[in-house]
Amino acid sequence: MDTHFAQRRRRDLIMAACLAVVAALVPLFVKDVYVQNIMVLTLMYAALSQSWNILSGYCGQISLGHALYFGLGAYTTALLFTKFGVLPWFGMLAGGAISAVIAMALGYPCFRLRGHYFVIATIVIAEIALVLIQNWDWAGAALGIDIPVRGDSWLKFQFARSKLPYFYFALALACIAWFVTWWLEDSKWGYWWRAVKDNPDAAESLGVVVFNSKMGAAAVSAFLVAVGGSFYAQFVSYIDPESVMGFQFSLLMALPAVLGGIGTLWGPVLGAVILIPLTELTRSFIGGSGRGVDLIVYGALIVAISLALPRGLVSVFSMLTGRKEAAR
Amino acid sequence: MTAETIIQSLASGLLMGLLYGLIAAGLALIFGLMDVVNFAHGEFLMIAMYATFFLFAFFAIDPLLAAPLVAAALFVFGAVVYLLVVRFAMRAKANAGMVQIFSTFGLAIVMRGLAQFFFTPDYRSVTNSWLGGKTVSIAGIYLPEPQLIGAMLSIAAFVALYFFINRTDFGRALEATREDAGAVALVGIDKNRVFALGWGLGAALVGLAGAIMAIFFYIYPDVGASFALIAYVTVALGGFGSVFGAFAGGIIVGLVEATTALILPPSLKSVGIYAVYLLVVFIRPRGLFGSM
Repeated sequence: MDTHFAQRRRRDLIMAACLAVVAALVPLFVKDVYVQNIMVLTLMYAALSQSWNILSGYCGQISLGHALYFGLGAYTTALLFTKFGVLPWFGMLAGGAISAVIAMALGYPCFRLRGHYFVIATIVIAEIALVLIQNWDWAGAALGIDIPVRGDSWLKFQFARSKLPYFYFALALACIAWFVTWWLEDSKWGYWWRAVKDNPDAAESLGVVVFNSKMGAAAVSAFLVAVGGSFYAQFVSYIDPESVMGFQFSLLMALPAVLGGIGTLWGPVLGAVILIPLTELTRSFIGGSGRGVDLIVYGALIVAISLALPRGLVSVFSMLTGRKEAAR
Repeated sequence: MTAETIIQSLASGLLMGLLYGLIAAGLALIFGLMDVVNFAHGEFLMIAMYATFFLFAFFAIDPLLAAPLVAAALFVFGAVVYLLVVRFAMRAKANAGMVQIFSTFGLAIVMRGLAQFFFTPDYRSVTNSWLGGKTVSIAGIYLPEPQLIGAMLSIAAFVALYFFINRTDFGRALEATREDAGAVALVGIDKNRVFALGWGLGAALVGLAGAIMAIFFYIYPDVGASFALIAYVTVALGGFGSVFGAFAGGIIVGLVEATTALILPPSLKSVGIYAVYLLVVFIRPRGLFGSM
């Protein structure tokens, strides 16, 4: 590749490393539990959105059903731990593996669909899974699963007193998701995906195996989202179908990438850093009355940004620094 | 399970399906016209139901009489939404599909928030309307009157829509704009006006459906969400771009829902609809009547 691109990639990597170090130091100065909670959620959504972005942004297969993989991760970990005593670390990998396999099994028929037919199929499949779990008594049905807290331990990945371990895990997850994206961006997969997104027919004629590219993107994306789901289950220590597999999760996962810049490396991070604290703050300061003002602010923000900045917030940065290719 | 219960539930499924068709008609019309899926469609239904409720509660206007008023109000609302939001979403040069999804979706969230703010999250219902709770018996089958009238209205609306699209100047302008929005400008048709009227018409149809739904369904800020997904499935099942596909899609959805409810526990009744959607698009990726 041309040197300019290589330079940009090196700069991205250095910038990410610096940001990760700065982020890791923040809890030393911020002791407030409420703020730390928001930081954990922000990092989690950055990781989720980055993973969603691989399939929907880079490969262009817009999924509004990724709550399915989030829920699968959460449920696999919680069920393995509460029913069989399997440590969450294994549950996490198992959840990721199961999700990746299911993503490919579902991708097999779904990737023939295009445009809105595909989007609706993803919503409908997640919805079916939600209804099935709600009716599955062994898995706690609609009531969900209470994960018993047996004291602070890294082995069992549960911490009752401090948010810090969760913070560092979420940070690591966000870094991994970012790094995987960074690495894939310049791999043959990355180029295939962009070709598939821009024009699948042309890509096919040039020898890109479109179908396999989509399957690869789905598997990576689902695996990472499921790990996020496992983490969330440990973090909140109580899950029910609606709270981990509901449609709103599919959207919450997509929004940071959409607002930050879909199909870009930094879009999901930037989107999450702005959106999640804003959501949490509006919810606690003006949404407390339960009168929907938080929804109004949140919805208006989505409308305004998607209309004013169709390339996302990263396009503002690339305009400022005059980097033309950054918004790609 | 006797033959009677089967016929009974299929009959109510058919009526509900015709109503689903009416709910979805506006969505199909707008999509066919300009390739935009309105993700606030369920919220259009929600405000139509609230409008009906308030006309009944404050002015004692029965939902049946309110229906044309609500449809007219929704017509204006739909045109305004096009002019204020969708028109700008259409101009997006990058990520056009994404911008359309999320601008209409953001609008849906704002509408839900506004409904919570002004109307509170309480469940409301229209009580003692002319049709509410009444049933008629035809050849031993009991049919709820609101659904029956709704079904007839749906058929009438689709017939009217057919003549409207095929026989009037505006209908022809609509079709022409749909085929080639650039070329119609050359013959003096204002694209934006046609689109705004199309959105108005689409919203008016869901307004009609909302007035009927208000008779027998609870009204609350999130009521649109559950019907929106059914409406998307209905339209996609019939095939995007085909308004009359939505009619067929609605009937299928209604019948499948009723059949599922006979076989599976009630909590699983939506699974049947979703499964049929997947089955159809896996075999025919363009829906039943969709064009390329």
